[in-house]
Amino acid sequence: MSLYKIAGGTVYDPANGIDGEVRDIWIRDGRIVDPPDDPGTKPDRTLDASHRVVMPGGVDMHCHIAGPKVNMARKMMPDDKRNAEPVRRTAYTRSGTVGSVPSTFATGYLYAGLGYTTAFDAAIPPLAARHAHEELQDTPVIDKGFFVLMGNNHYIMEQLQNNEEERLKNYVSWLLNATKGYAAKIVNPGGVEVWKSTGGNATGLDDSIEHFEVTPRQILTGVARAATELGCPHPVHVHCNNLGMPGNWQTTLETMKALDGQKGHLTHIQFHSYGGHPDDQATFCSEVPKLAEYVNAHDRLTIDVGQVMFAETTSMTGDGPLGYFLHKVTGRKWYSGDTEMEAGCGIVPIVYKNKSLVHALQWAIGLEWYLLIDDPWRVAMSTDHPNGGSFMAYPEIIALLMDRTRREEVLKGVPEGLRERCSLPDLNREYTLNEIAIITRAGPARMLGLPNKGHLGIGADADITIYNPQDDIQQMFELPKYVIKSGEIIVEDGEIRRDERGKLLHIGPAFDESHTDHIREWFEKYYTIRFRNYPVDDHYLGESHELVATQPM
Amino acid sequence: MPAEFILIPGRTSKQGTSLNEGKYTDNYQTEINTLQMNPDDMDRLSIAEGDVVRVWNSFGSVDVPVKSGKAELPIGVLFISYGDKSCRLMGGETHGSGMPDSKGLDVLLEKVES
Amino acid sequence: MATEIDQEKAPAKLKIVEDATCTFCGCVCDDMELTVEGNTITKAKNACVLGKSWFFNHHIEDRPEAMIDGQPASYDEAFDVAADVLFHSQYAITYGLSDTTCEAQRVAVAITDWIGGNLDTTTSVCHGPSGMAFQGVGEVTATLGEIRNRADYLIFWGGNPAESHPRHFTKYSLMPKGQFVPNGRKDRTAVLIDVRKTKSAKAVDTFLQIRPRSDFELAWALRGLARGIDVDPSVEEKTGIPLEQLVEVMEGMKRAKFGAILFGMGVTMTRGKHINSEAVLALARDMNRHTRWIAKPMRGHGNVTGADNVVSWSTGYPFGVSLTRGYPRFNPGEFTSSDLLARREADAALIIASDPMSNFSQPARDHLASIPVVVLDPKLSDTARIAKVAFTTATYGINTTGTVYRMDDIPLPLRPAFESPFKSDYEILKAIEARIRKRQLQAVS
Repeated sequence: MSLYKIAGGTVYDPANGIDGEVRDIWIRDGRIVDPPDDPGTKPDRTLDASHRVVMPGGVDMHCHIAGPKVNMARKMMPDDKRNAEPVRRTAYTRSGTVGSVPSTFATGYLYAGLGYTTAFDAAIPPLAARHAHEELQDTPVIDKGFFVLMGNNHYIMEQLQNNEEERLKNYVSWLLNATKGYAAKIVNPGGVEVWKSTGGNATGLDDSIEHFEVTPRQILTGVARAATELGCPHPVHVHCNNLGMPGNWQTTLETMKALDGQKGHLTHIQFHSYGGHPDDQATFCSEVPKLAEYVNAHDRLTIDVGQVMFAETTSMTGDGPLGYFLHKVTGRKWYSGDTEMEAGCGIVPIVYKNKSLVHALQWAIGLEWYLLIDDPWRVAMSTDHPNGGSFMAYPEIIALLMDRTRREEVLKGVPEGLRERCSLPDLNREYTLNEIAIITRAGPARMLGLPNKGHLGIGADADITIYNPQDDIQQMFELPKYVIKSGEIIVEDGEIRRDERGKLLHIGPAFDESHTDHIREWFEKYYTIRFRNYPVDDHYLGESHELVATQPM
Repeated sequence: MPAEFILIPGRTSKQGTSLNEGKYTDNYQTEINTLQMNPDDMDRLSIAEGDVVRVWNSFGSVDVPVKSGKAELPIGVLFISYGDKSCRLMGGETHGSGMPDSKGLDVLLEKVES
Repeated sequence: MATEIDQEKAPAKLKIVEDATCTFCGCVCDDMELTVEGNTITKAKNACVLGKSWFFNHHIEDRPEAMIDGQPASYDEAFDVAADVLFHSQYAITYGLSDTTCEAQRVAVAITDWIGGNLDTTTSVCHGPSGMAFQGVGEVTATLGEIRNRADYLIFWGGNPAESHPRHFTKYSLMPKGQFVPNGRKDRTAVLIDVRKTKSAKAVDTFLQIRPRSDFELAWALRGLARGIDVDPSVEEKTGIPLEQLVEVMEGMKRAKFGAILFGMGVTMTRGKHINSEAVLALARDMNRHTRWIAKPMRGHGNVTGADNVVSWSTGYPFGVSLTRGYPRFNPGEFTSSDLLARREADAALIIASDPMSNFSQPARDHLASIPVVVLDPKLSDTARIAKVAFTTATYGINTTGTVYRMDDIPLPLRPAFESPFKSDYEILKAIEARIRKRQLQAVS
């Protein structure tokens, strides 16, 4: 019950309207509390934060850090780790490997080292939920959860085919409960099923998916409606059709329009904002201005960027046909894994080079998104780790956003053709520290509907990052002075001081039991495991978890 | 004159079932200590079921009784369930793979006259 | 405690455990219906011949809970000695792990990390080469349900599922009626490629009896045909299969809607090893130019797939991991157990649910018998017999809960049938870890 005070820091807490004010923060039992009534009260401990920048802990709302896909990438890529500085065992902490897909223990320590205290894996096939939980238990320090893949689920497609909205809604709820997941995710709706059955892909929102006779549009709107009606704290999380294809911006715009005023989050939108003709690389260009204009005018839409950085990384996706496409383009090793009744997966190593016009445009398109969205509360920082780059690149991205001259430096090294294919060279906007605090913690926490994250108000989890202000913004964000998790100092000057498990964040929306039999009947027809062995029991919640409330309509 | 063979150690379902009873049961011990051979090879070398043969290579040598592999085994190929005997014919070299040559071993075979 | 006494006095009650999971082989069938009378399983509905023998023969054995130097000892004494052996070792190896729960595997990995030992599993001597092949070319694969629901062309290669994975044919691949193959066996074409004409040959449409050690050449010839390259008829001399027959098989493979190659250790254990696996994985991958094809190694032990997963997520590498420098390094041939023993480098060993004394090479066995070994096994084994400390353990899945991964990476829960007086691998490893950590933390404070 000790009382802890962080004294005199310059606080950036945008959720509470605090933009660089010198304040004290009081902590008790891992949460932020009111200052004591008696001004003479002495805290048990005080941390001097004067002349330092104090922010809530970072929140990564879309990354790939756990589960079958991530682990397959680890297995497939020893080459990716050989030259990367490893995480060494200490008296208190475990060892690990890094590269673009760090091992679990390394992932937790590296996030914490960057001042991030919460992260969500964005694509778990329900059948592998147990696996994701096991890995998350071995991912220390950070609080975490995952999104559940639903966009190519046979039961969902069958209910849409038969106009069974109640069944659809209850199944979405059942699935979130059974997996102990956090949100509904759709990846290339319908397209992955086409890949699994024929090796092809869906080409747009109105393709009819063979056998089920539903369209990607129906899947999108059906799952979106279910998530809304169930009162999920985070709305449907959408990976659009046609990822990576020149000309795909129109599919993306159609997707936004199809949501028709419903809440929705469009993820790694950088990969979905391309102009040009699908069969002609030379026509590849940015269409961010048109898409950003639409997002700016529709306040129920939020996005994360999926920034590409110039480096070697690993592409990993629930979008099976995309994996095959990348394998054909790069000629490199390729993993594809299809999950019965539910999902697909593709993994291919990839190198983003600044000398490649396409890669340079992808980099520029990501930055255009940050700079063209008027309201920073509706754009979250992400690299779609590790797809566009590692989460370790966040400090560099922050520097690019806060300092226009850094962008100009990079632009000097990219192909000339970039200037006429995107608007980035003309964008002068520079982010403020407060805006950075929004896109890296306050905004994503709000988009996720996490009441106790991303802010420093009373009752919030005491997850706090304290930086030494520096002229070199990248360095400042790469090496926080202190990282506090649940009220304890975990990191000091880049050293992990103590191990901490972190908690699982999940939801349990209401479910009408009368739907169980129908789900069971379908399940037992096609799955190769028993219905009773599918739901994840409490044993997998680990030492600590939090059930985040739903608010049904 | 010793005859040249290729030895393929492997698992059988009988080994699998008797394993659960225990490794020191007669069933299991018989399974891992019996060599199977193509009946034509047995005729050619005048070996009857139950005869003991010596099998060796540069790594080791074992004496084992023979039974007919019936139609399962092609001529020139021997089979034995994994166990002490097959271990004795395996070398430690893994050619950088971690896996010692465990199947398809070149061996010589000769009948042990009793 | 009163309840325990009551239970002892009461006549054995009949109990039914539904949806129990069989951990004998990599199929990990989770539809067992076990009838349990006291400490005996008397019926195992849905179990195959291997599953039945697994469930019927794991009684509570009349053995001491632990042995030190061959003498009966208490768990507590044995924990101390085991911790002592591992704590004082310079180069300990941890090996086995494929027949225990993920929960126990995670503790074994932790111990090895804390003491800076070498971490390896039975994968290195089963599908380790397939793991290396995966790192070379990748893998196009799917869960067993995809095969069941879609596959109309099956190739079984270098394996004998009829005997090694008896329910694979009936539950997952050859026989079942599936979503897009409603007539089951009638909708599927099946080919077996093997050196021996095993019992599996009877189940398939075409049996290709290849010459020993020609798997690579056969796969390469098929890859050529898949790409429309003329293959020299001399392939028959090497493989024993006429070119015309290969052409015919390839035509069938291209006509299929969804094909699957299921390959066994006939591919991985033979000369060529990971190169053989690479050829097979590349063939399945290449076939996707024509239609959907996948490949899948037929994993043997009940939770070897879990071991691969746990070791991978903890260290970044699937097997053959050295933690001796304080961080993970991977090198098959260097950090694999068979090599470390055959080269006489290891100075202690922690062997969990495995019996290397009965399947390692002679030089490896000789060295293992000469160093202090800590063994966890429900039954007496050749390795337990040479151990410094041997723990008798509860049997996973029969006596303990936990998680196991099926050969297609699907994690499944265990539903134990009855309690064992012996501790689980997890409990024993936790106790050893706690003792080691206590000493380590005392040393730094």
